[in-house]
Amino acid sequence: MSSITQKSRFGVAQVILFLSVAILVIVVAVPVLLILFNAFWVNGEFNIKDVYKIISEPQTYQALINSLIIACVTTIGSTIVGTFFAWLVTRTDLPYKGFMKAMFLVPFMLPSFIGALAWKMLLSPNAGFINKFFIDNFGFDGPIFNIYSYLGISLVEVMYLFPFVFIQVCGALERMDPTLEESARISGAGLFTITRKITIPLVLPSILSGSLLIMLYSMAHFGTVAVLGIENGIFNIPTLIYERIHQSGGSFDAIRTGTVLATVLIITAAFIIWLQGKVLGKGHYQIIGGKSFRPMELKLRALRVPLLIFCLVYIAFTIVLPTAVIFLVGGLKTYGLPFTWENLSLSNYKYILFEYNVTKDAIWNSVTLGLSAAVITMFAGVMISYVIVKMKVRGKRILEFLGMLPFSVPGSVIALGVILAWSGQFGINLYNTVWIILVAYIARYMAFSLKANSAALEQVHDSLVEASRACGATMWQSLKDIVLPLVRPGMLAAFFLIFLPSLRELTVSIMLYSPTTRTIGVAIYTLNEDGETVVSAALAGIALIIIIVGQMLINRFTRKVGV
Amino acid sequence: MEIIRVEGVAKSYGKHQVHKDLTLSIKRGECFTLLGPSGCGKTVLLRLIAGFETPDTGKIFIDNTVVTDPAGGIDISPDRRGLGIVFQDYAVWPHMTVFDNVGYPLKIAKRPKNELRDRVMETIEMVGMGGLERRLPSELSGGQQQRVALARALVANPSVMILDEPLSNLDANLREEMRFEIKELQRKLNITVLYVTHDQEIALAISDRLAIMDEEGRIRQTGNPWEIFERSADPFVFNFMGIANFVPVRRDGEAYLVGNGEQLIPWEPPKGDAPEWVAGFRPSDVQIAQQGTGLRGTVKRANFLGAVMDYLIEVDGAHLRTSIETHEAISKGLMFKEGETCVINFRDLLWFNAESLKEVVKQ
Repeated sequence: MSSITQKSRFGVAQVILFLSVAILVIVVAVPVLLILFNAFWVNGEFNIKDVYKIISEPQTYQALINSLIIACVTTIGSTIVGTFFAWLVTRTDLPYKGFMKAMFLVPFMLPSFIGALAWKMLLSPNAGFINKFFIDNFGFDGPIFNIYSYLGISLVEVMYLFPFVFIQVCGALERMDPTLEESARISGAGLFTITRKITIPLVLPSILSGSLLIMLYSMAHFGTVAVLGIENGIFNIPTLIYERIHQSGGSFDAIRTGTVLATVLIITAAFIIWLQGKVLGKGHYQIIGGKSFRPMELKLRALRVPLLIFCLVYIAFTIVLPTAVIFLVGGLKTYGLPFTWENLSLSNYKYILFEYNVTKDAIWNSVTLGLSAAVITMFAGVMISYVIVKMKVRGKRILEFLGMLPFSVPGSVIALGVILAWSGQFGINLYNTVWIILVAYIARYMAFSLKANSAALEQVHDSLVEASRACGATMWQSLKDIVLPLVRPGMLAAFFLIFLPSLRELTVSIMLYSPTTRTIGVAIYTLNEDGETVVSAALAGIALIIIIVGQMLINRFTRKVGV
Repeated sequence: MEIIRVEGVAKSYGKHQVHKDLTLSIKRGECFTLLGPSGCGKTVLLRLIAGFETPDTGKIFIDNTVVTDPAGGIDISPDRRGLGIVFQDYAVWPHMTVFDNVGYPLKIAKRPKNELRDRVMETIEMVGMGGLERRLPSELSGGQQQRVALARALVANPSVMILDEPLSNLDANLREEMRFEIKELQRKLNITVLYVTHDQEIALAISDRLAIMDEEGRIRQTGNPWEIFERSADPFVFNFMGIANFVPVRRDGEAYLVGNGEQLIPWEPPKGDAPEWVAGFRPSDVQIAQQGTGLRGTVKRANFLGAVMDYLIEVDGAHLRTSIETHEAISKGLMFKEGETCVINFRDLLWFNAESLKEVVKQ
């Protein structure tokens, strides 16, 4: 038979596997390993005493405690708020539930450090608009609320993080088979008993997994604490790492303190991820089917209107008010003037978009960095996901492990690791260039790309590829003709999931920027630090517009392709 | 004139041995079915032949060319084996039209545009999908998608077409219709078909020859449908091919006695001198009567199933099932009630040795 010929010995599988491992090792594993190495090795010797000494210094110790306090308060607050609202919009007859649900997801896309800036303008002890309003009009002696406090920081974080719990619990409550509750009701259980004995145990894994996500995020969160804490001397782990390295210009001691603190973050993150896997892996989810049912709705009766008002006030207070303040302050001629028509104009916006080099550069940098990171990470992600999801090759285990890393490494850790890896110790010095930020972005957003692409690849059944192989297509041809067209929606999702957040990125870029490589986030933050409040607010306003328009585009696009 | 030969193939996944020392050959132009219970490894064997899996040891030949020989370092990739494959879940590419799906093998083979178009349209017509070539798979029913998969496997004139449970996702009517069409296509095009299924009815209907595989991946019997059904080699095959009665028979000197009683079995004795035997027969092989010569038994259960009467009969501790058409039962006075006695004879009966029954009962 003429169609049978000898197989070529070119190992496509090995090439792809090698490339995938290489990318993850260089971009993620090496920086993390360098942090661990620098934390524990001094002058070529293993040294745990120093680690202990650094941790027990008052300032570092305090930062660890602060991270823990803020994370705990934030987690508890977000869990309560998120679960409550999720229950309201899925299980009650609250009016306008669709609109409410959409609004509760808005904080997801708003950068929390811009929110923190807004709250600083509203509630800083002496100059905050709300505090001043009460002092001037109602004869208060001091501020009614000081946002520069643990509670202030935690509350602001709750406002922006609770959607993590909200979205998970909403999903679980919607997918839960209502017959489970109905059969309890038939057995004579009251609503309170059903909620306590049936509903809560069933959605508990979702609540816990959302809470753990918030814990992970809050422990390593930079923006809010940087904006609201530093002035009052409240540092958490990421802000202290930034402060030390920034002030000392990258001295050995500062790097070392940084690596020790980063190690604590890595360990905490790994622990939280492990815990989350345990919570989700318990099989509770099997009771929650994939199908959407019409759940039992509680009649709120007399509470219906008060709860509606409560939700509307919450939305107005946490979403509309801060956003409005950003735009209004961005329009002021000088910070401190009252909001009257004479004092408001669009000149600040014009200034930052067309005249001021710092902000023009920042916008340009963020857009180009975001685009490049999104494109590179999208392609790398689809390749790595392909190996993990589809290929049967030896050495895949290593890749699966490496693929987990990006999910658990916080931004400030990546930034520090990238500094260690790319500042010339290994022959390549990218420090103070835009490239170091790009490398860090790729590491930071690899997780998103892997998630979106793996999900898309899971949908491509193996037999589709086998069918094309049987039709005479080589591995490459099958990839090109069958796999790529079918995962394109996943790749596009990955692109946007990276491009949009990178436009507002702060944690990583603040550690890596040089005067010519500011990003939008860095520019907003540093302008604010330098007292250029109105310019900073105007830039924040522009950033918000870009993010909201981008999000709307994604929503439209994903609805069209049905992802 | 064999076109596929599998020689001493072994395959295991970790500790789980799917096949060991399996040998099989398929003749050119025949419709050969691999029949066995789910999980017996028939799909694995198919994937070994197609080249999606590599055996641990053994050789596979297609058209007298070695395509797999791990010892000799030969493993020709699936795209170079010249096979047409139809998958259980159709595996029709959702992003391509019917035309593009069917034309893909020719596009890969870089056939000229005109030839490609003519051949694709011809094949689409052949599977009865004419006029639907611009549709996307999402606009087709399951049966139509299966036809697309069939056309795609046939378009490049493969020497062998492999079908992996292609009808199991279709409803009963469509399944029957498609199985005739597949047989018809195979005859018309005179190609070799390797068909894998767990459905003995389909296997009997379409095969020229079939091989029965057991749970351990061993081939129990190979032969034409009639041989397999009527002259099963062992109780496993007999049981797998349809409802089976197994009645224990013991030898007492020259006499062969049923169950634990003293009645002689009214059939030729088995060849061999083992003391314990098993008589295997189908419900339709039993002749039931009010009286006369034959085995005396008691009706333990009588079920009226509309067209047929179904009886469970006990003969000296052994149980057997039989069925008789209702109108025949009425006209001949064979409507038994539970507890009544009856007499039975056999139209056909197979002898198996008693040991071989144990594994069937175990399963």
